[in-house]
Amino acid sequence: MKPPKFDYHAPTTVDEAITLLSRYGDDAKLLAGGQSLMPLLNFRLARPAALIDLNRVEGLAGIREVDGQVRFGAMTRQRAIEFSPVVARRLPLLVEATKLVGHLPIRSRGTIGGSIAHADPAAEYPAVLAALDGEVVVRGPRGERVVKPADFFQTYLTTTLGRDEVLTEVRLPAMDGKAGWAFEEFSRRHGDFALVGIAAIVAGDGARCTMARLATAGAGPVPVRLRAAERILESQGLGDAAIEAAAARAAEIVEPDSDLHASAAYRKNLTRVLTERAVRRAVTRLGGR
Amino acid sequence: MSEPVTVRLTVNGVAHEGRCEPRKLLVDFIREDLGLTGTHVGCEHGICGACTVLINGEAARSCLMLAVQANGAEIATVEGLATGGTLHPLQEAFREHHGLQCGFCTPGMLMTALDLLRVNPQPTEAEIREGISAVLCRCTGYHGIVKAVEAAAKVLVPAKRV
Amino acid sequence: MTSEGWIGKPVTRVEDARLLTGRGTYIDDLPMPHAHHAAIVRSPYAHARILGYDVRAALAMPGVVGVVTGADVAAKTKPFAVGVTSPVHYYCTATDKARFVGEPVAVVVARDRYTAEDAAELVQVDYEPLPAVVDPERALDADAPVLHEKVGTNLANHRRLVYGDPDRAFAEAEVVIRERFRFPKIGSTPIETYGIVARWDPIDEVLTIWANFMGPFIMHPLTARVLGLPENRMRLIVPQDIGGSFGIKTSMFPYIALIGLTAMTTGVTVKWIEDRREHLLASSSGTDRVAYRELAAKKDGTILGMRFRWYDNVGGYIRSPEPGCSYRPLGNYVGPYRFQHLEVEASTVMTNKSLTGPNRGYACGHLYFESERMVDLLAEKLGMDPVAVRKKNLIATDAFPYRTPTGGLYDSGDYAGAFDRALEMARYDELRREQAKARAAGRYVGIGIALAVDPSVSNMGYVATALDPQFRAKPEYLAKSGAMEAATVKVDPLGRVTAILGTTPQGQGHQTIVSQIVAHELGLTPRDVTVVDEMDTFTRIWSISSGTYSSRFGSVGTSATALAARKLRTKLVEYGAHLMSLPVDEVEWREGAVRAKSGKGASYTIKDLAGRGHWNTESLPEGIEAGLQATAVFHFDVAKAVDEHDRVNSSNTYGFIAEVMAVEVDPRTGAVKILRYVTVHDAGTIINPLIVEGQIYGGALHGLGGALYEDMQYDADGQCLTATFMDYLVPTACEAPTIDIAHVSSPSPLTTLGSKGLGESGTMTVPAVVANAVSDALAPIGVRINELPINPSALWARIHQAGGPDMAPRTPHSLGASRETRDAPRSAG
Repeated sequence: MKPPKFDYHAPTTVDEAITLLSRYGDDAKLLAGGQSLMPLLNFRLARPAALIDLNRVEGLAGIREVDGQVRFGAMTRQRAIEFSPVVARRLPLLVEATKLVGHLPIRSRGTIGGSIAHADPAAEYPAVLAALDGEVVVRGPRGERVVKPADFFQTYLTTTLGRDEVLTEVRLPAMDGKAGWAFEEFSRRHGDFALVGIAAIVAGDGARCTMARLATAGAGPVPVRLRAAERILESQGLGDAAIEAAAARAAEIVEPDSDLHASAAYRKNLTRVLTERAVRRAVTRLGGR
Repeated sequence: MSEPVTVRLTVNGVAHEGRCEPRKLLVDFIREDLGLTGTHVGCEHGICGACTVLINGEAARSCLMLAVQANGAEIATVEGLATGGTLHPLQEAFREHHGLQCGFCTPGMLMTALDLLRVNPQPTEAEIREGISAVLCRCTGYHGIVKAVEAAAKVLVPAKRV
Repeated sequence: MTSEGWIGKPVTRVEDARLLTGRGTYIDDLPMPHAHHAAIVRSPYAHARILGYDVRAALAMPGVVGVVTGADVAAKTKPFAVGVTSPVHYYCTATDKARFVGEPVAVVVARDRYTAEDAAELVQVDYEPLPAVVDPERALDADAPVLHEKVGTNLANHRRLVYGDPDRAFAEAEVVIRERFRFPKIGSTPIETYGIVARWDPIDEVLTIWANFMGPFIMHPLTARVLGLPENRMRLIVPQDIGGSFGIKTSMFPYIALIGLTAMTTGVTVKWIEDRREHLLASSSGTDRVAYRELAAKKDGTILGMRFRWYDNVGGYIRSPEPGCSYRPLGNYVGPYRFQHLEVEASTVMTNKSLTGPNRGYACGHLYFESERMVDLLAEKLGMDPVAVRKKNLIATDAFPYRTPTGGLYDSGDYAGAFDRALEMARYDELRREQAKARAAGRYVGIGIALAVDPSVSNMGYVATALDPQFRAKPEYLAKSGAMEAATVKVDPLGRVTAILGTTPQGQGHQTIVSQIVAHELGLTPRDVTVVDEMDTFTRIWSISSGTYSSRFGSVGTSATALAARKLRTKLVEYGAHLMSLPVDEVEWREGAVRAKSGKGASYTIKDLAGRGHWNTESLPEGIEAGLQATAVFHFDVAKAVDEHDRVNSSNTYGFIAEVMAVEVDPRTGAVKILRYVTVHDAGTIINPLIVEGQIYGGALHGLGGALYEDMQYDADGQCLTATFMDYLVPTACEAPTIDIAHVSSPSPLTTLGSKGLGESGTMTVPAVVANAVSDALAPIGVRINELPINPSALWARIHQAGGPDMAPRTPHSLGASRETRDAPRSAG
């Protein structure tokens, strides 16, 4: 389990990285935190001609608040997000989700941009991006574009990121200070990818729901916004019956697959159970923190 | 570019320089090129945690990093924990509470626990379990390890809050 | 006897300082500056004919020094002897056919592992894929693909063993229970994988092997024979530290042959460290088993007899010591119960899965899972409490030593006492009341019980049960039996003590235990004793049974150590008496010195005696052997060969385990939560409670792995689906339960200190206790656990099917009706 040979480049600017990507065409891989790519290299399941390491690129990591958004440089480590006071204040859902990403030693290296660009459907960050309806910033030889999650994730491990493009920034709208949130997931073992995960944000008071955001991890080839379920909460409120109806609807929306650890039917069931649990827990947090 | 590269880094406060292929894993560089065999290889895909070291003070898997990426980094391995003939309080606690049997996961476990205690100096039992769940141990059932980390937290207390 | 009281003390381990500071010496740490590295080419097919090899591109790669293929293996080595009479030709690589995914087909040797892996990718093997079979029952169908044409069937071995009169027991039964069970393929996956370094000296014709092997065991002679070497030309050196084994490293001997051959062929020192993928694909595991069980009983709960029908899946080849999977627990087949009538039909089946061998709890996790489930089913059928049914059938405390109908000799025990202790600790009656309340509130809370006789120190004779009595009766057949261990204790010229053994500890703290025993016997402190316990077949005393497996050190290694220390002490007393000019019977060993019983005159400490005995041999009494050392070889008289009625005392000491567990099942997710777990052990005299409890915690988590998480899975084509630690689920600290542990002690009359082994402990009971607890939790909706592990997805499906969680409780399904088809989903049956 040793990586195959590759050319190694450690550019110091995004432009340099883009130039290298263009030069290798399909044959290069960007190395961010390496927590997914390095295992693939060690198993020799990935065999790029070149590895373009983003870890030396200046200015690609950092957290800042701009215009009601929290912007994360793509190379911001998950660990930095976990302990960031700005994120704790503005994006408590992201903190909760971050603690479910692998283990602390994984989060020391793993990055937000890497996790989203890798697009593992069971990962937490894509679900948070979908739930918050954030954006990713992508740069390539033709300049920069801002992409919404629905236009970014295509299927398993596949995004609309071009072969010569670099994901440079993740932008998440700051959460309403009075909203409640929860990230619920079920995995067979602590620290594993979720069989299903649900990100939930709700705003309103006990009866009324002014806003609901629900998104899945692990319940299909891409993270799914559960809009029909959100609408049930927004129209029927946050009482038990509405939550149960929304959860039941959520299970109807998703189209999960079966694998070694869980059947599709079970994942649908988990979508229902976890949606219910996530919304209930989010409701307990309504009204500010 | 797949030609050998020079790697300069510090391990346990000692500067090292070596040359290796860019594909060489950091853990192999530490073990083979630097001769520090205290850090172990258990799975090479980031799950077992046996190879965990501190990189610039933070626990990370040295099987999921290239040696060349550690250029300029300060690395701490299990060999650097004891000073002279005296065990680090965490090591002492592992001995006192039978926190190891075969000892193979132990270096990774120690470095992980050290990082845990740095970010959370007074962890609950549940937090300790969550923290050390980053490392797989097949001997102890984790009981002695949890007790050892609890005991070490009491000794190490406030000194190192982040 | 003088006692300085080191037996039973929680002494911290002497091993720890080196292991905590990164100074352990594991196989991969040995300085081997000129070693080349091997990468093994493995079959991507579960079943394929090998038509040819093209190694030219690999050989042409810079840095590559040689390639060995299956063709070389076939030409230069012999197949391994297998434990059965079927003509299974098992070589250290595939030769004619590959029979499981990951089977070695060639080895590339290069200057480093990276290059070796590069070149391994260039080895071209021409395969003709063949249909595969992975299910042990399907493999016996007439139209199933046959793995070994020379055998003509996939049945590697079959025996029907009859004890007492089971037919009569079933004819006279008032109640008969029948059930089918499945046990998963589990590997204990030590965190350190296999590692071997081989160096060939062509002038002296000595092959030196360094390996983290837990033998030499029976495997050393087997391997030497395969390589065509006399045993005294194959030197096996086991490094001081082994990173866990749990039985798994018993099965690395084919790689010793392969890497040994590679060193002999290429002329360079060859090093191979197995990687995790290789380990999960192709090291070893326990068997997956399909079992059909029948139990005959009276209405009062008295068990009259049982029938076992087993299909043990050993994978592509039957590898020694299989079919131990069926026979290792022969002497304790009946567990802690009195019944006398038993029929066992054991089929050992070859399929296109990886090979099997000893895995912590070897065959006993399977045995007690089935038996203890059956006892619960009996209780359920009779409307009795599972405690009452068990108590009705336990072997009485005054019946020890107890001879089982299968030939086991239970040396000591107090099963009822230990069981009561567990019930007390769990506050069983209160637990039942809490359960009733929880059930009334719609919660699924269950209580499980499991009892097990915990065998230690295998008698190598059990393996021969695989052979027919007629075969064993032939004059040319050589009977087999035994379990021995040797120890040497010596005093150096300045009075320090060193103990030398050839055990191969993998984390069990042998150095600490030996230092305690020697200190205890010689009136020293453990720190005064240096313990050397590495195996080197050229320098240590060893035999067919030598190694660390079957929880044997706690019985046999400790006995050898104590005997050697006592032997030395006797010599020191004789010497002291001589120096005091007193008859031997007027002196004694007291407080670390030879003293006159009268209390008068001089005394001689070990230091005093060393100062004279080494430096002035003239001072020794006449007739005494010079040198202050003693070697003792301990063996069990009760280890006898299997008799003509297939009875054998398969182990030498037998402990006991009683467990109670309470669980809650979340019916909406199928998740199982452990609420309470009590385990009581009887391992005779405990030498170090710290180490004993460590073994109990570790064993319990292995058992829990098999019950809830671990399962080496294959698809229908024989592709392994669990070749990473992301899919093969090793429990983490978050999954580990807290455990209430207690001990009772029935010292063994057979061992020097009264101790017994207990290293396998909870691996034997936890699968059973979890299955019983979860079945009890789901009893209101009639869901029973007869397959492991309990995968939440599959369990949820069954709960859902049964009408939970929102439906009213239903009566349980009728017994015997839950036989599932062989295509049923794998887990949580």
